[in-house]
Parts: sequence; C-alpha cells; structure tokens
Amino acid sequence: MHIPDGYLSPSTCATFYLFAATGWYAALKRIKQLLATRAIPLISVFAAFCFVVMMFNVPLPGGTTGHAVGVGVAAIVLGPWGSILAISIALAIQALFFGDGGITTLGANCFNMAMVGSFTAYIVYRMIAANSDLKSRRRVLAAAVAGYVAINASALVTAVELGIQPMLFHDASGTPLYAPYPLHVAIPAMMIGHLTFAGLAEAAISAGMVSYLQRADLGLLRGVSGLAQTPTPIVTGASAAGASAESSPRQLWWVVAFLMLFTPLGILAAGSAWGEWSSADLTNPHTRKQIESASGNHAPPSSVPVGIEKLSTLWTAPFPGYAPRFIKSPAFGYLLSAMFGVGLLVLGSLVARVAGRKWPTRNLGS
Amino acid sequence: MSRHSFLESTLKGFTRAVSKALQSEHAASQPGLLQQLDPRVRVIGILALVMAVILCRRLEAIAAILLIAIGIAAASRVRLASLAIRVWLVVLGFSGVIALPALFITPGEPLVTSPALHLSITVQGVRTAVLLVLRVETAATLTTVLVLSTAWTHILKALRSLHLPAEIVTMLAMTHRYVFLLIETANQMFESRQSRTVGVLSGSEQRKMAARTAGVLLSKSIELSQEVYLAMLSRGFRGEVRLLTDFRLKARDYVGLTAFLFTGGLAVWMGR
Repeated sequence: MHIPDGYLSPSTCATFYLFAATGWYAALKRIKQLLATRAIPLISVFAAFCFVVMMFNVPLPGGTTGHAVGVGVAAIVLGPWGSILAISIALAIQALFFGDGGITTLGANCFNMAMVGSFTAYIVYRMIAANSDLKSRRRVLAAAVAGYVAINASALVTAVELGIQPMLFHDASGTPLYAPYPLHVAIPAMMIGHLTFAGLAEAAISAGMVSYLQRADLGLLRGVSGLAQTPTPIVTGASAAGASAESSPRQLWWVVAFLMLFTPLGILAAGSAWGEWSSADLTNPHTRKQIESASGNHAPPSSVPVGIEKLSTLWTAPFPGYAPRFIKSPAFGYLLSAMFGVGLLVLGSLVARVAGRKWPTRNLGS
Repeated sequence: MSRHSFLESTLKGFTRAVSKALQSEHAASQPGLLQQLDPRVRVIGILALVMAVILCRRLEAIAAILLIAIGIAAASRVRLASLAIRVWLVVLGFSGVIALPALFITPGEPLVTSPALHLSITVQGVRTAVLLVLRVETAATLTTVLVLSTAWTHILKALRSLHLPAEIVTMLAMTHRYVFLLIETANQMFESRQSRTVGVLSGSEQRKMAARTAGVLLSKSIELSQEVYLAMLSRGFRGEVRLLTDFRLKARDYVGLTAFLFTGGLAVWMGR
C-alpha cells in the first residue's frame, strides 16, 4: 500500500501533503496537551515499535504469510491521534531511511494508512467493543474487525487516489501520465489483496495482541476502552471524559473534511441527475434519450414546460455546470466548485458560531 | 517451505534491515561527490530532481535525469551493482508487473494486434507503462543515492534547517535510534523461540506466537519510553527541543545547489 514516487501527479501529492500536514498539526497539538513532556519519548518509541511490527511475517491460513501495518493496535492502545503520529513517523523513516514508499507520496501514504486507518480502526473498535468488559472476547473480536476494516479503508482510499490519476492527468493523445488504471480497475486490483491477505494479517495481529494484553498488560487497553477509568500510563485522544460533549462538532468537522476528499467522485457521474434537467436538456435529443431511459422508458414532454422555461432565466449561477467560465478543464472546475461550496458552508457556520457566542452574552448583560 | 518459515523469514527481514542500515552508514562515510556537499544542499538538490521527475511529461527528459542520477551515484562511490539489486530490479519487479496490463487495456491506437487472442498493444499503453516504470526507477535511484550518501543524522539536521518542527525532527531521530534496539530485541525473542521449537507448529500456533511476541515487544516499548522519559527529565528536559544546526555553506555548496536546481528546472522545461 506504500505508493512509490511516480504514481501520483504533483498536484495530488501537494493536496495530500496539505491534508496530512493538517492532521499532523492537530495530532501533535492534541497529544502535547494530553501528554505534555511525555509525548516525544512515548510517540517515538511507539513509532519504532510500529516500524518493527510492520516487519513481522504474520502466518495466514493456507501456509502463506502477510505483513501488518499495526494501525489497529496503535489506535487501540494510543488512540487515533497518537496512532496518527506513530504510524506517520514509522512511514517517514521507511521512506527517508529505507527507501520504502516515495518521498513525494509520503503525504498521501500517511493520509491513507496513518489517518484514515487510525480513525477507522478507532471508530470500529469503539463501536463493537462498546462498554464490554476489558477482558471480554468481544474486545478481541472488535480488534480483529477494527484492524481488518481499517486496512481495507486505507486500501480503498489508496485505490481511489490511484484510480483518479488517468482521468485527471493525461496528455493530448490520451496517454495516462501517472498511475495508468481507472477506478474500475484500480479498486478491485487493490481490494482483492487487502480483503484477503493484508486484511487477515492485520486482523490476526490486532486480535492476537489484544488477547495477549488482556492477560499480560491490561492497563494498555484501558486508554481507549470507553469505560470509566483511572489515569493510565497511556492517555489517548478520546479518553478525557469531559471532551465528549465538545468533541461532537469537532468530529463533524472531520467527517466534512473526509467527505470533501470524495468530491472528485462526482466527476465520474455521467449525465444529469434525475429531475435536475434544464430546458436545454429537454430539447437535446441525446439527453432526452437518457432522461427517457432513466425514467422507466417514459418519454419527457415534447416541448419544454412553460414554467421551466420562464424560471430558468430568473437566476444565473456564478458557476453554471459546476465549472467557472474562465476555467477550461471541466474536471478541475468541478473540483474548484466543490471546494468553493464547502468553503462557503464552513464560513457560514463560523459566522453563525461567532454570532451564537455573542448573542447570549449580550442578553445576559442587558 | 521450511517448517519454521515464518520465524526464519522474519529473522531474515530483521537482518536485511540492519545490513541495509550498515551499508548506508558505510557509503555515507566514503569521500565522494555528494558527501562533500552540505547535507542541506544534498537534500534540497535531490528533492528538486525528484520533483522534476514527477513534473516531466516526456520520456527523454526523465531518462536524462536517470543518467544524471547514475552519474551522481558513481561519483559518490555508491556501488552500481548494489543500486541495481537494491533498486532497479526491485522496482522493475514491482512496478513492471503493475504496468504490464496497461499495455493492453489502455485505449488508443493499436501498435501490435493478435487476432487469435483478441488483444492489442496500444501506443498509449506502451507510453504510459514506460513512463511509469522510468519515473519510479529514476525517483527511487535518486532517493537511494541520497540515503546512501548521507548519514541519517545529517538528513535530520537538514530537515530541521528547512523548518520542519523541532518536535518532529526529534521524534524521527529517537524513532530511528530505537528501531534498531527494538529490532535487536525482537530478533533475540524470535531466535530464542526458534532454538526451543521442536516439531511442526500449526498455523494457529504460529499466529499466536507472532501476536504474543508483538505484545511482549509492545510492553517492553512502553517501559522503554518511560525509562527514556525519566532519563530525559534527569538531563533537564522540560518539553522544549533545541537542536544544533552547525552547517555552513561553502562556495562549492552554492555551485552544487545551482547545478541541481538548474538541471531540475531545465528537465522540467524540456520535458513539459
């Protein structure tokens, strides 16, 4: 899953460095708040541990072996923020010192494995383990599923990054300039290996380690257990009880950021959305055929309905067809429009939040 | 397949990693072209060339950078045989296999057609496959030459002088140090287990053994981090990280940096 240099375009690399840098900044800030001066030695040694675990050959059914990333265990013991840092540092050492994984693609690799992997593992583990006892078999199962789902989520994001390359970056003759396979090839090719070998290796090491820690070092599992707890040596990003109420909008921001990453998928959707036809769509014979087949073979009206015709000139969008007029590439225009739209929503919600904070203060004061 | 194949292959992996690191340390201490340049110039220069490889769209420009990279490697006393085994063959085996189907499934003008197999190799397919393999080979050669010619501590200092946060640089340095300690610990655990294993272990027993070893290693790592923390405190650590960056640029460093940036810029311009 380590993407080497040369598979992703410079703009993709830059975008994922930006995402990764945001994640690293947030994780570092969070971990320093929770662990203060202990953060550096703990994360460093844990990153070294993750590095070594990545070298373990995990025996799999059928006599073969696979390698685990260790993201399941890292998220279960350290929590998502600590796991992001530890796995990222391990990946950076692999890329910078051992030449495994590219330097230009390090941001994307950290985003895929450290960020998507850690949060997926953490959420799945917490959802399945719920409030079960620390020594219960349910936690072992939760760890196995968390490791399996996390590694497959990382693989899926990696496949999407690789799969959008030929669509967005090709020369005039249609030659893909970077990873050559479109999504319908990249996703199955990547997922087959991860749904089987890599997924099983991660599940086996996550479950096996949680089972071992239940008997040998229960304290290490307490951090992200979700149970009422006493202070433990490992403090996690989600362990502070008082943080839960405040963290929900923050989690929502992460979801928004995560969903923004999938905006390029919209470029793949062919044709118009059902029911969102313009008067031009209703007069064009090609789009009329598409509308007919999408509407259970019911032919659209032969002429443009008067209401649609009248109202269609009432408002002209600044970015008609999701592409600003001055941008020639429709795909880039679509992406820009998506970012602009989300940016407006973020700005609106920030304004509302500031106004919401000030309003009760004024009321109290009056 | 050997009955202890998983133990042995893990042990071999550890040995390979340590030997790679030793090779790097040895190559970095040789007097060579890159070794004589300031580490910051090496890091910026090689990164500029890697960026040029990613930005170039023409095969000729990428091939020219590969030739330059080989020239730099030879001048920096990096053995081309080890570069071939460590980089070229590995990349060809991995990216070559990945790129192979692209010859057939990339739509475009047919170059060779086999009516019996209903397959045709397209011009665009050949170009994209060669572009991918050549790009990956060139970028991997450049990064390996950097790694082999620069001590890890110097790479870190160069990163710090490029304004990477001090905490991250410290973590990278500490992780690198403890990777070898933990590799040694894991190696000893596996060796001792292997020496006491008589008979054939079932798949499930092998998995349990791998997980248990990883679990013990985790406990040891946490203990180690506590000891390291106490040692840091005893030496006056209060959470602030200060690193020494005592590099000074000489005239040849400026010449080297200009040469790297000019070559990268020229390649991007020629290969656009």
